[in-house]
Amino acid sequence: MSTANHAGAGFHHAHHFDSAEHQYESSKQGIWLFLVTEILMFGGLFVGYSIYHSLYPQIFHAGSKQLSVTLGALNTVVLLFSSFTMALGINYVQRGLRNKAIIALAVTIACAGIFMVVKYFEYTHKFHVGTVPGKYAYEEELSPSGEKVTRVGALLAEASKLSVEEREHKLHLDETEYEHLTLLNNTKNWPLFFGFYFVMSGIHGLHVLAGAFLIFWVLLKVIRNKVGPEYYTPVEGVGLFWHVVDLIWIYLFPLLYLVG
Amino acid sequence: MAHDQHNYLNHQKGIWSWLTTLDHKRIGIMYFIAIMSFFFLGGVFALLVRAELFTPGKTLFSADVYNRMMTYHGAIMVFMVIVPGIPAIFGNFVLPIMIGAKDVAFPRLNLMSWYMLMIGAAITGSTLFMQNVDTGWTFYTPYSSIKTGMGVIPMVLGVFIIGFSSILTGLNFIVTTHKLRAPGMTMTRIPLMVWALYSTAILQVLATPVLAITLLLLIAEKTLGVGIFDPQLGGDPVLFQHFFWFYSHPAVYIMILPAMGVVSELVATFSRKTIFGYTAIAYSSLAIAGVSFLVWGHHMFVSGQSEFAGVLFSFITMLVGVPTAIKLFNWIATMYKGSIRLDSPMLFAIGFMFLFTIGGLTGVYLASTGIDIHFHDTYFVVAHFHYVMVGGTLMALMGALIYWFPKVTGKLYNDTIGRISWVFIFSGFNVTFFPQFILGNMGMPRRYYDYLPTFTELNQMSTFGSWLIGTGFLVGFFGVIFALLKGKEAGMNPFGGKTLEWTIPSPPPHENFDKTPVLTGGPYEYR
Ligand code: HEM
Ligand SMILES: [Cu+2]
Repeated sequence: MSTANHAGAGFHHAHHFDSAEHQYESSKQGIWLFLVTEILMFGGLFVGYSIYHSLYPQIFHAGSKQLSVTLGALNTVVLLFSSFTMALGINYVQRGLRNKAIIALAVTIACAGIFMVVKYFEYTHKFHVGTVPGKYAYEEELSPSGEKVTRVGALLAEASKLSVEEREHKLHLDETEYEHLTLLNNTKNWPLFFGFYFVMSGIHGLHVLAGAFLIFWVLLKVIRNKVGPEYYTPVEGVGLFWHVVDLIWIYLFPLLYLVG
Repeated sequence: MAHDQHNYLNHQKGIWSWLTTLDHKRIGIMYFIAIMSFFFLGGVFALLVRAELFTPGKTLFSADVYNRMMTYHGAIMVFMVIVPGIPAIFGNFVLPIMIGAKDVAFPRLNLMSWYMLMIGAAITGSTLFMQNVDTGWTFYTPYSSIKTGMGVIPMVLGVFIIGFSSILTGLNFIVTTHKLRAPGMTMTRIPLMVWALYSTAILQVLATPVLAITLLLLIAEKTLGVGIFDPQLGGDPVLFQHFFWFYSHPAVYIMILPAMGVVSELVATFSRKTIFGYTAIAYSSLAIAGVSFLVWGHHMFVSGQSEFAGVLFSFITMLVGVPTAIKLFNWIATMYKGSIRLDSPMLFAIGFMFLFTIGGLTGVYLASTGIDIHFHDTYFVVAHFHYVMVGGTLMALMGALIYWFPKVTGKLYNDTIGRISWVFIFSGFNVTFFPQFILGNMGMPRRYYDYLPTFTELNQMSTFGSWLIGTGFLVGFFGVIFALLKGKEAGMNPFGGKTLEWTIPSPPPHENFDKTPVLTGGPYEYR
């Protein structure tokens, strides 16, 4: 591929490189190294996750049941598709198909948007039922026995006084979720799972936002004809970043949603 | 050398041209100014900490203030001085020249790294005025996460950003070394300084992200209360230590490898002999970098980790001694029958070898699980790491400063001033830290505001030594000012160095080389 990147008429390489080719290869190496650091950073989270998962499998079992596999799977598909459109976008830029490239990149950004909207619904639902991380999962007041009550516990206590229909209606709790929450609340220290869930998916979400922003930046470059068949390093670099964000999600999805 | 000669210093004018420069040499100088300011601040804290320990009980400050000063001293010295020190200042200045390149691979990123260091330092430093932090530089949980104030968050955020700066510098150096070597400059012909910086860069890129996530988790712990480090919520505070040392042990080699690179250059130049065992020195840098990832558990022998882990970490830790000794013996073999010139940079190199050896050998004590139970968290540890970090890295930094000063500025650093500075630093250093080995052995714990009256004399000796060190650095600084104002013209190669930077004018021209050099031999060919 790289041979296509020879110095064309318009493109000027920086003074400390021999040629545009030389500059391209150096940039690419830099981008790969940066991606290694991203993977290592998430690696730290994965290590923490595995340690606690092996220590307290019950917590992770009960916690993951509480996540919506449907929404998680939907987001997985969306991200996979966006990786595909990103790859197309790079290819179009390399071949000088400006309009197609603009569409492909715009679709990629839209996918990032869909991903974040789905995340928004997932997060707000968790706030609603009280499956939030660590200390925020506990109610302020202590129960008569002196043990701390979780917000989920409080919700369940309220629900247990209601009929099945009323739960659906008033508390937006269907029967399966009621059961899952009961299981969860009977597991000691379950908020730890949501600590991992929010931190891991949160940091990943920030990467999705950063990626969308970067894709928008290269989209502007495409529109202004700053990149094309002669010079497409930024597009390719951002594309690689996007694939890594996608890849990390591919690991997060089974770890968080499917371990139950 | 004519004054109107065109070089990187007069290529462009005005403060703005410096703040926006993409020239690696100017960026190196900007790092010098920034890091030396941090060093001054950290040094003042050090002197105050030592002053407080002049007598048992309260000498000058309350225990609270003492804890904060100790924390800022450690955090500033580690994250803002010794870790970035040699690579950011001298690496930036000499690495591209040494491999025959016109600049680093990503000049814009290089400038950005400098700004990230400044921003990180500003955020960390701002806590001095808003929220004082008293956790110690290691930010151990649960104290940092549950007990102490919210000031830990900006403090740690600043360190996170500084870490980013370190990653970007490392990344830049790796690509530069891979891609920008002059024709004929094979990997087995690059100067040993470059090998050292290259190994350091690998560590920076591979270890720092783990620090980043650790600090983010600490922030998450404090803001969201996620509970990963909180036993009350099911977490484990010791996990923080594992994560922290997985970075911070390799980080001690981020501090020391560049220093070893400097010493290799100094030994070669001032012995006027081909360096003995070039390949062994080069690859031992990589070996040290590799092994350093596997030994973090030696900081946690008494944390309740399994006995098996203790034994394993102890064994692997001692392995680090092998590549380190290889370097030391090769330097000595180089000096053997060489025509050694004891100019001040060489004195600093010899000081490095002396102090670093003491530091390294006491490391072996600490790495023995049984002995560490006696020494852990005592002044013995404090003495150990000061011998390696200060005695090692700062000695090399001073040597590097005087050695490359003429190249950077075109002026000679006065050798007599250099020697006086060395005498103060070297003797002051031993007066300060040697008694701490004894104190540690007698059982004085580290990080304490108060001590038993029996420890008084040794503590006073130590405090007195700190004044000698302080004087030594002031003399060194005076030498810089004096050389800038009154220094003699240096010429191209005042010390008879053989690496590429000595083949171009001092100060170097804007693009380093008028004609790209072509290499036909190794870096240190004295015959
Ligand atoms: C390369 C230069 C080195 C540097 C810059 C260095 C630095 C340090 C620092 C900063 C600490 C204290 C950390 C803290 O605040 O808790 C420390 C502790 C320690 N070092 Fe080193 N070190 C070096 C080499 C070595 C070597 C060669 C060994 C062993 C062969 C070693 C073994 C240890 C051990 C076992 C401890 C833990 C002591 C304890 O807390 O009980 N170090 N070192
Ligand atoms: Cu260590």
